[in-house]
Amino acid sequence: MKRRDFLKSVSGLAAGALAPTAPAIWSPAKADARSETLLMVTESGPNNLDIHGVGTNRPGYEVSWNCYDRLISHETKTLPDGTHSYDRDKFKPELAEDMNVGDMSVTFKLKKKAKFQDGTPVTANDVKWSLERAISVGGFPTVQMKAGSLVNKDQFVVVDDNTVRIDFVKKDRLTLPDLAVIVPGIYNSGLLKSKATEKDPWALDYTKSNTAGSGAYKVTNWKPGVEVVYERNDDWVGGKLPQLKKVIWRTIPSQGNRRALMERGDADISFDLSSKDTSEMKKENKLVIISNPIGNGMYSVELNVKNPPFDNEKVRKAVAYALPYQKIMDAAMFGLANPLFGGPSNNVTDIAWPAKTGYSADMAKAKALMAESGVSGIDTTISFDLGAGDICEPISILVQESLGEIGIKTTINKVPGANWRSEMAKKSMPLMVNFFSGWLDYPEYFFFWCYSGQNAVFNTPSYVNKDMDALIDGASAAAAVADKEKYETAVKGFISKAYDEVPRIPLFQPLLNVATQKNISGYVYWFHRQVDYRSLVKA
Amino acid sequence: MLLTIAKRLITVIPTLIGVVVVTFLLTRVLPGDPAVYFAGPAATPQSIAEIRKTLGLDRPLPDQFVRYVNDLAHGNFGNSLSTGQPVATEISSRLPASAELTIFGLLLSIAVAVPLGILAAVRQGSWIDHLCRMVATAGVSLPVFFTGLLLVYVFYFRLGWSPAPIGRLDAFATAPRDLTGFYLIDSLLTGDIATFRAAFGQLILPAFTLGIFSLAPIARMTRASMLAVLASDFVRTARASGLSSRTVILTYAFRNAMLPVVTTLGMVFSFLLGANVLVEKVFAWPGIGSYAVEALLQSDFAPVQGFVLTMAVLYVALNLIIDILYGVIDPRVRLEA
Amino acid sequence: MTDASTIVPPATDAQPKRPDDSIFRHARHIAAENPLTGLSFVLFAIIAFCALVGPYVVPFDPLASNTSETLQSPSLRHLFGTDLLGRDIFSRVIAATRLDFVIALASVALVFLIGGFAGIAAGYFGGWTDRIVGRISDTIMAFPLFVLAMGIVAALGNTVTNIVIATAIINFPLYVRVARAEANVRRNAGFVQAARLSGNGELRILLAHILPNIMPIMMVQVSLTMGYAILNAAGLSFIGLGVKPPTPEWGIMVAEGATNIISGEWWVAFFPGAALMIAVFCFNLLGDGLRDLVDPQRRT
Repeated sequence: MKRRDFLKSVSGLAAGALAPTAPAIWSPAKADARSETLLMVTESGPNNLDIHGVGTNRPGYEVSWNCYDRLISHETKTLPDGTHSYDRDKFKPELAEDMNVGDMSVTFKLKKKAKFQDGTPVTANDVKWSLERAISVGGFPTVQMKAGSLVNKDQFVVVDDNTVRIDFVKKDRLTLPDLAVIVPGIYNSGLLKSKATEKDPWALDYTKSNTAGSGAYKVTNWKPGVEVVYERNDDWVGGKLPQLKKVIWRTIPSQGNRRALMERGDADISFDLSSKDTSEMKKENKLVIISNPIGNGMYSVELNVKNPPFDNEKVRKAVAYALPYQKIMDAAMFGLANPLFGGPSNNVTDIAWPAKTGYSADMAKAKALMAESGVSGIDTTISFDLGAGDICEPISILVQESLGEIGIKTTINKVPGANWRSEMAKKSMPLMVNFFSGWLDYPEYFFFWCYSGQNAVFNTPSYVNKDMDALIDGASAAAAVADKEKYETAVKGFISKAYDEVPRIPLFQPLLNVATQKNISGYVYWFHRQVDYRSLVKA
Repeated sequence: MLLTIAKRLITVIPTLIGVVVVTFLLTRVLPGDPAVYFAGPAATPQSIAEIRKTLGLDRPLPDQFVRYVNDLAHGNFGNSLSTGQPVATEISSRLPASAELTIFGLLLSIAVAVPLGILAAVRQGSWIDHLCRMVATAGVSLPVFFTGLLLVYVFYFRLGWSPAPIGRLDAFATAPRDLTGFYLIDSLLTGDIATFRAAFGQLILPAFTLGIFSLAPIARMTRASMLAVLASDFVRTARASGLSSRTVILTYAFRNAMLPVVTTLGMVFSFLLGANVLVEKVFAWPGIGSYAVEALLQSDFAPVQGFVLTMAVLYVALNLIIDILYGVIDPRVRLEA
Repeated sequence: MTDASTIVPPATDAQPKRPDDSIFRHARHIAAENPLTGLSFVLFAIIAFCALVGPYVVPFDPLASNTSETLQSPSLRHLFGTDLLGRDIFSRVIAATRLDFVIALASVALVFLIGGFAGIAAGYFGGWTDRIVGRISDTIMAFPLFVLAMGIVAALGNTVTNIVIATAIINFPLYVRVARAEANVRRNAGFVQAARLSGNGELRILLAHILPNIMPIMMVQVSLTMGYAILNAAGLSFIGLGVKPPTPEWGIMVAEGATNIISGEWWVAFFPGAALMIAVFCFNLLGDGLRDLVDPQRRT
């Protein structure tokens, strides 16, 4: 019998007399509170409660998602395997009750009863202020807004107290989905203006440790590096009121300990499990394990095409044939991933993304290509983000082994988590094992970041090619005017080109794994790959 | 007395200066660029350069050093990149956590090591002596994180005897009112027995892990010291006078033997305070050790500098106190000095 | 009066006394009296043997992965089981002996050279040398030592060389202290004065006369540091600052296997951990034994 059950029964029986002797955590007074409180454990926590903050990390995004509302959100759908996911193509009103899409603008009517957590009503002025904030703070939020062509303050127009209009600078299929991502959250402008200073006009300092939104939850206690405690906003109008009154999010760095906590029933959700734990826990059947493919995402081996030796296409192709794809899937992912290799050809025939390449492990072909390339005696490094070391380390070791067989010597370079960005920005790493996933699940979005000539930090191979840019721009333009045929031609074009010239060798599409106790339901997979507490139910 | 303290403080200053300089240089040599981190993903070289300017990182090193020392003089330890909090606040809130763990671990260790050392000294050369040496050495022969994880596996996962390794308190218990920052003391002071038990439960396993690690030096020192004292004249006299074995050992020998052990304790304590970095990582303990490690791995200068400086000051202060204590306890030392 | 030439020395069966006879006899005596010390000598021999010969006689290639045999429990084929990538743990543990031994020896050699020399110079010359060395030593001591090691490796890069350097630096104060105390005691000893009188330069006295005299005491410290060096490398590996994969090294194998304890694959961390523990244990006991050998009065 589980310790928890046993103790619960004991404390239940001996409420009065024995209460002082039972450990504090199981005292009967708190037993009721537990059924409406969720305890989630993850490896790391937020460094800032506001996604607009400077240098906010991914866990910080989760806080913003749950504590701030956006004009619109996505509907959810049920997938064939019974799990739930957001529906990319169906929007639903969140803070807005009505959405009217015009030719070059979209108008939103706000919900009348919408209030911020301090009681002030949500007005169109708050929306305008918040959207301006998003495009002005710089860094990631501004870039994300730009991806949906939201760039000027003048685009946001207050029609009346309850109505906002957003004008388009150009037709862009991504504008509406961009309004549903975490970044354009609606902030309590009245409160924040009072906290702003000359040096800090957007009150970023205040929102770093306080939530000032209208969302379903508010943060009542934040101990950086230890825990975040949320309490439900009972006046939430953005959707159906969540069942959980309180959410406690604890940081537990040790993976083994997180697993122990789950298996002993001392935690409700463990988020972002390793593939190994996932495959084993699935077999044990003590907990509910949910796995969803990460949309628009893939792990790949990336080669710097600006510098020798990987500026030589034959060398790159040789590497593509040398990689031990299946071994990697088995060892690094325990088979829990969608393979992106071994397809019929590098010239794809549909626009499904991510797509399989035509490469597979063929050492003979690899050796032949190396010989053809005329390059020999390569000695280079394989770099990866230590933060993703769980997956990247076994991959790197296997890649190292295989490359050794075609005459490429490598040393493995583990780059600590926060240095990874800087290293990527330097664009000097010759060979990397890396992961990228885009929030907006469209292939042209992925290519915009990873293959286009703007040479963004995510374009780790430093691949710049005019023809590729033409195809990517063509696809975006076609999507904006809903020209299906042109769109599909362009997409097939750029995918095939990318696979043929192979600056980046796709390996697999990973899964996002979550473990919950059997009495927890309602988990929904979101594009931002964080947990949405609003749909969770604890029986 | 005051003169000795003053003299000691003067010799301490160059050390502290050395620490400040070395830490500064070391953190500046760390790989990773905070400007890029701050600028966020998809940053352009211009925005990175701008941010570098705001952070003052584009100035020459001596310039940055002067700014840093100036900040320090005003009690400003800077801000942490990774948690976004002022370093001084974080250190002061996390220091009690580490101190509580280390003191508790040390107490556990003393409780086992001292009797062991005495026993080994009294029965020198016997199997108990060898056992004592083996046990003490074994404790210090395993990497501390391994011991910690093993204990978690056995006592929490398998046996369920110890509570979840989830930090200082279970998620559903509330912290006692912040008087000293030591949960055990604070909960007793406010009469909150339930919290006391909860905090105590969480402390046991990590303290045990730390304690195992410090068994060896304490046991050895006790043994050596006891041996030296037991061979001395006054003990022989005491025995000759017919005092019971127990009185001789405990009342006379032990008290005199404790002095070198006290010095060792000081060293062990400061060593543990820095070394419990790994224990804190394993047990999710919100102490300064784990804080510094996380920061170091992210090339986050400020917390590392703050941590090192705090530890250095503590170490120096601790050694000073011990030296003074030593002088108080043992008049011979005072006279010689 | 007898003529000296007619006195015949008595025939004797005793063999001429060899100078090292007494050391061995002494050593045997120590080993017999303290079985643990004897055990540590034997273990040391085994470890040294594994380090020298190990990589040539292991059944499997320590670096060869085999994803069809991952995480298998110990069996006849794989004595210690296999790890996450299907590599044979027995082969890796034996092969790691060399690297760990090298790390231990190199760290110790380095700190002995630098710390030992600085210490005897400080103890012998006194004055400013003493003060400067003392300051440096105090500054290092004031750092939380493990964090200093982490900082050095993080700054310089995680290679074996840097791990050795970091370990040497953090042990510097200890060696300085011991060497200094010993040199201080001997600085005006008879033999030193005699050497001075015969015209030896100060440096020569330091190296040729004082250093050999304090060697025995330093040896004790050396063996303790060897154990510590290995533990240090293990701790660094746990943080991610240890040796680079796929190099087999006990510490990194324990760190990697530590997460597998909960899921029941105990062998991944257990065997390297046991090897590490035995080695460190052996070095520590060796230190005690050497101390008994050299200066029984200082037994602890």
